[in-house]
Amino acid sequence: MVLPVLSRIGRSLLVVLLVTMAVVLLMSLAPGSAAEVILGEAATPEAVAALNAKLGLDQPLWAQYLNWLGDAVRGDLGESPVTGQPVTEAIVERLPVTLQLAVMALLLALVVSVLLAVASAVRPNSLVDRAINAVSSVFLSVPAFIAGPLLIYVFALQLGWFPVTGWSRLSDGIGPNLLGALLPAIAIALTEIAAFHRVLRADLIGTLREDFVGAARAKGMSGAYVMLRHALRPSSFSLVTLAGINLGRLIGGTVIVESLFALPGLGQLLATSIVTRDVVTVQGVVAFIAVVYVGVNTAVDLSYRLIDPRIRKVATA
Amino acid sequence: MTTQSHAVAGVAAQAEPAVPRVRRTRSILVALAYGWLFTVIAVALLADVLPLTSYATPVGFPRQGPQWGSLDLLLGTDTQGRSILARCIHGARVSLVVGAVAGLLGFVIGTTLGMLGGYLGGRFDSLVRLIADTMLAFPPLILLLALSSILTPSVRTLLVGLTLLVVPTFTRLARANTLAWSAREFVLAARNMGAGHRRILLKEILPNVLPALGAYLPIVMAALIVAEGSLSFLGLGIPPPTPSWGGMISDGKDAIADFPHLVFIPALVIFLTVFSLNQAGDHLRQRFDRTLHD
Repeated sequence: MVLPVLSRIGRSLLVVLLVTMAVVLLMSLAPGSAAEVILGEAATPEAVAALNAKLGLDQPLWAQYLNWLGDAVRGDLGESPVTGQPVTEAIVERLPVTLQLAVMALLLALVVSVLLAVASAVRPNSLVDRAINAVSSVFLSVPAFIAGPLLIYVFALQLGWFPVTGWSRLSDGIGPNLLGALLPAIAIALTEIAAFHRVLRADLIGTLREDFVGAARAKGMSGAYVMLRHALRPSSFSLVTLAGINLGRLIGGTVIVESLFALPGLGQLLATSIVTRDVVTVQGVVAFIAVVYVGVNTAVDLSYRLIDPRIRKVATA
Repeated sequence: MTTQSHAVAGVAAQAEPAVPRVRRTRSILVALAYGWLFTVIAVALLADVLPLTSYATPVGFPRQGPQWGSLDLLLGTDTQGRSILARCIHGARVSLVVGAVAGLLGFVIGTTLGMLGGYLGGRFDSLVRLIADTMLAFPPLILLLALSSILTPSVRTLLVGLTLLVVPTFTRLARANTLAWSAREFVLAARNMGAGHRRILLKEILPNVLPALGAYLPIVMAALIVAEGSLSFLGLGIPPPTPSWGGMISDGKDAIADFPHLVFIPALVIFLTVFSLNQAGDHLRQRFDRTLHD
């Protein structure tokens, strides 16, 4: 029980080390040096050399990495050479927006996809099922950068139900905050609704064919009760795994909607840092996102082990 | 003997077969999807031959709506008065080339790594899995953004980034498939007959792994076209004036209130292409991916 969990965590730590190494290596991958990238083509050689020394880029790669890692562990991701703001501070400032978007989109996708999947699985290949499948395959092909403008046009410009752009903080009242976050969250949730629906529908149909479902029905339990209490739970494990994996696409989606709806989140920080060639900030944000992503997926894997009794038994055997 | 077998054959031909014929459902949607894909590919190939004004020169007033009469103005003009039809067609080239080349490169590299890892096992397999895990630890768009922060945007750097995106996916798929096939009796038989690793991998395992993996190619291409579109939408993809679908949406989005066609025409083109690729992928996977039937 303990050993596989420890080895899974050890493996994730190894991946985190490699990921951060790759991110630091990225700086040295830039044609010329990162300092030249930051200062632009018109920079004098002296200025480049000075900035290189300041960023520690004149040292060998392994020393650069160890320095960066040592600082990062203590919560210091460096200071932006463009804005002068510490990168950690910028991340903390903008994290709530991205977090709220991602959580809202994930919840929305889960709720809608569970409803759709249950409606589909009640009678597979019925008219209802086929209609839902059609909608689902349309949603699967609508990326955030198409859904965003479409939603803005219909719901913000034509119907006027939502603000077009902008963000109001949670402290300014929950109503306007949710109103501003809903359209962007829907825009990134659409693809996930479709992906989740597909997986859960297939698993539900499989579970409903099992003997214990037949037994429950034979006992005279109602269809709804069997579906919700007996079938849904054992069918939801692949859904949980997929939700963890697809979080990556969701984070990518937040970059798109944050720049489209002008929301002050991590994605917007990343996009503007790339335009201003702020390599230090890009490095910090990318490392942060990748480490969080690895962490979430490790947690999902482990919870999966803990929740499903069958896996627990196999692991102890 | 011969007459008898003839008679049996005759009876069998008249009677209903014992096992009902497998009904192959031909969906209209799948046919339409293939139709759209062939059209897009054909138009992209013939882009220079078609009687269209260049995608870079204005053909009339900016922001005209779609109208009949002139091929250039069929889908209207963009914010600089350039033909939207011409830009959609030339944008198709970028999207298709990027999707196909990066998809195939990733397919070849990923399949090679995954097959070697799954077949050889041991340390090499652990290494392959670690590399794939590390690459998958970056959310896709974030990896592309990180690369675009240090490399100047061009078709070549875009191809490098997108290929990196695809490699781990195919590595994992190929590894899982190879593990399953390596345990089969015919592989053991080949080994007992003295076949070397190379022969077993190329002649015994590869032909079985290939169809299942190839069926994922359209879906991967769809994801790549979306990734390229996202990057171009953020202004970090193909540099202007070369048109790309994502870039066209980005150009038009500020005028969406008054001129929605600037956004909706390229959006529809991307949607139809991605939708068709997904449909084609589902269709191929149902036919070639054995894991879906078991």
